[in-house]
Amino acid sequence: MLNLLSGDRPRSIILTLILLAILIALALAPFLFPGVRSLETAARICIFIVLAASYDLLLGYTGIVSFAHTMFFGMGAYGVALASTHMGRGYDALIVGSLGGAVLAAILALGIGLFSLRVRAIFFAMITLAVASAVAVLVSQMSWLTGGEDGLNYLIPRELTPAFRFGEAFGVKLTGKLVNYYVIFGFSLVLFLLLLRIVNSPFGRVLQAIRENDFRAEAIGYRVVWYRTAATCLSAAIAALAGSLFAIWLRYVGPDTTLSFEIMLDILLMVVIGGMGTIYGAVLGATIFVLAQNYLQNLMGVASEATGSIPVLHELLSPDRWLLWLGVLFILSVYFFPSGIVGRLRAGR
Amino acid sequence: MSAAPDHRPTFAAVSLSDRIGKAMPYLLIPLLVVVGFFAIGSSSSWLTLTVSGLAMGMMIFIMASGLTLVFGLMDVINFGHGAFISVGAFVGITVLLALSGWTGVPSLALNVAAVILAALAAMLATGVLGWAFERVIVRPVYGAHLKQILVTVGGLIVIEQLIHVFWGPDEIFLTRPETLKGAFTFWGAAIEKFRLLAVVFGLALFAAMLLVLKRTRIGLIVRAGVQNGEMVQALGYRLKLVFIGVFIAGSALAGLGGVMWGLYQEVITAGMGAEMMILVFIVVIIGGLGSVEGAFIGALMVGLLQNYIAFLEPKLALISNIGLMTAILMWRPQGMLPVVKAK
Repeated sequence: MLNLLSGDRPRSIILTLILLAILIALALAPFLFPGVRSLETAARICIFIVLAASYDLLLGYTGIVSFAHTMFFGMGAYGVALASTHMGRGYDALIVGSLGGAVLAAILALGIGLFSLRVRAIFFAMITLAVASAVAVLVSQMSWLTGGEDGLNYLIPRELTPAFRFGEAFGVKLTGKLVNYYVIFGFSLVLFLLLLRIVNSPFGRVLQAIRENDFRAEAIGYRVVWYRTAATCLSAAIAALAGSLFAIWLRYVGPDTTLSFEIMLDILLMVVIGGMGTIYGAVLGATIFVLAQNYLQNLMGVASEATGSIPVLHELLSPDRWLLWLGVLFILSVYFFPSGIVGRLRAGR
Repeated sequence: MSAAPDHRPTFAAVSLSDRIGKAMPYLLIPLLVVVGFFAIGSSSSWLTLTVSGLAMGMMIFIMASGLTLVFGLMDVINFGHGAFISVGAFVGITVLLALSGWTGVPSLALNVAAVILAALAAMLATGVLGWAFERVIVRPVYGAHLKQILVTVGGLIVIEQLIHVFWGPDEIFLTRPETLKGAFTFWGAAIEKFRLLAVVFGLALFAAMLLVLKRTRIGLIVRAGVQNGEMVQALGYRLKLVFIGVFIAGSALAGLGGVMWGLYQEVITAGMGAEMMILVFIVVIIGGLGSVEGAFIGALMVGLLQNYIAFLEPKLALISNIGLMTAILMWRPQGMLPVVKAK
């Protein structure tokens, strides 16, 4: 068990219990919370845990801010979509699409990294923002390839779709959707453990050294540019794989669901609120965020109704404004809890 | 007495290529305009495109100038700068809509007065907002780039959402004041009046900015602060105070740019600031962080290139800016006219 966690234990009893609860809830989600919507939420949580964790490798461990993480996510998703469209329905298309997307993402990350990290790390944030927005526009314009704003619908192997039925267990109908969920869950778990392995390796230790003091790391003899670029490529490839999982789950890709800047902000919020520099923070951040996204809006709707007579407060509490409150929470957490929920829990042990 | 040393000093004139290399950033704009002329072929379309490219460039420059100075002075990178653009546009356009009695009549004096009032209101609002932003958001995170980026992005989200709260979720359409509508013909080229006004105004502003920076005492302190802040502080100047002033001025300029951009596009959205930020960042990067002249040249290049390419090869226009940035950074990794030493 400790080997699986790469020796990086949660180091807090409450945190351990929360993580175990999340793991069990996700592992048994189809049986514990039957229903289409809750399964949708669970799959989304799995995928975003991997996405946020891969972003944490950059932001929390290496200290680089990138705004192109959704671009890599989208590359994986579009890889699966394009392969499934052009190679026909089949597992080979899924594998080729995922791996192709991940490799392309890593190559692009290498290019951007060599270009901007060479000069100064702060360029990276601005350049990734520019490149990601250009790619998002390009994807929505090249409709002959990507389906433009409408995106792409495609077929995945029948065993992964709701049309495939094979009986019933514990009062839940066993369909291909369930198989699909466990594929997502399994791969997410493997990728998550892989990330845990990476950050606890000597390589991850060097990244932390660079985050703390890049000048000193260079003086000790580590090639800072090389390490930063390698971290960028790794995190891009894993983000692309998360994107592939998302595409397999949704059976649809479009610019809004995979490439938009809103998702980038979501990832930032997840990592910061969960706790930067602790891969476990991504688990908490993604879980809280996706649950909030799906259920908090209902709550805010109720609050907005209740305050309907007070003009500005009513607007402030409207469900469409939930990003406002998350933004406030985001700023506050950067100030007061830079190590996020995980850091708090560990400190309060 | 010892003999003179054995080496012979040589006098060499600065070679031509060195001189051209130094002046190159300044020559790029005329070069681009000339290349554009031959690539486009027809002189009337070329003139129209050049004016609209210059107009776009001027507006981007107005938005970018504050950002680059703020970075140069205090090493603060403000991702929330775009929020000022949006707020400026919304405040300015609200004033303009309220003054519809002045903008609806074809009287140049009343129209211009309305636009100036709108611009002043926008600058006041964004100046105050900038002051508050500096106080609340930026000040606690001086010296930490990572936190700066995160916190200012958070500020951008919050302000953008607040615009939705106060002005509603929809975009606002507007029409320009009567006398600024339409175009006139000059050498067979249709030139929109507003674009010409934007070019003239942008040039005037650039000249005024250079005058302040190069000819006044405060400008001297600002420039010295960009080059070596610690030394300026050691000489007894309170650089923080100067910085706050520059931050407020930069925010006000962003608001002004927002009003002009809103009038140019004839539609404003809460997200427009964040969209413009991408162009602003490209301009600041290719100009060289901290350099006002660099930002000016960069902004004009972005504006011109985008308009030329949109005419020649519409599909490529989207990535022309990224291409330009790549090319410039290959040539000069620090940007065209870097001021700040790599930190």
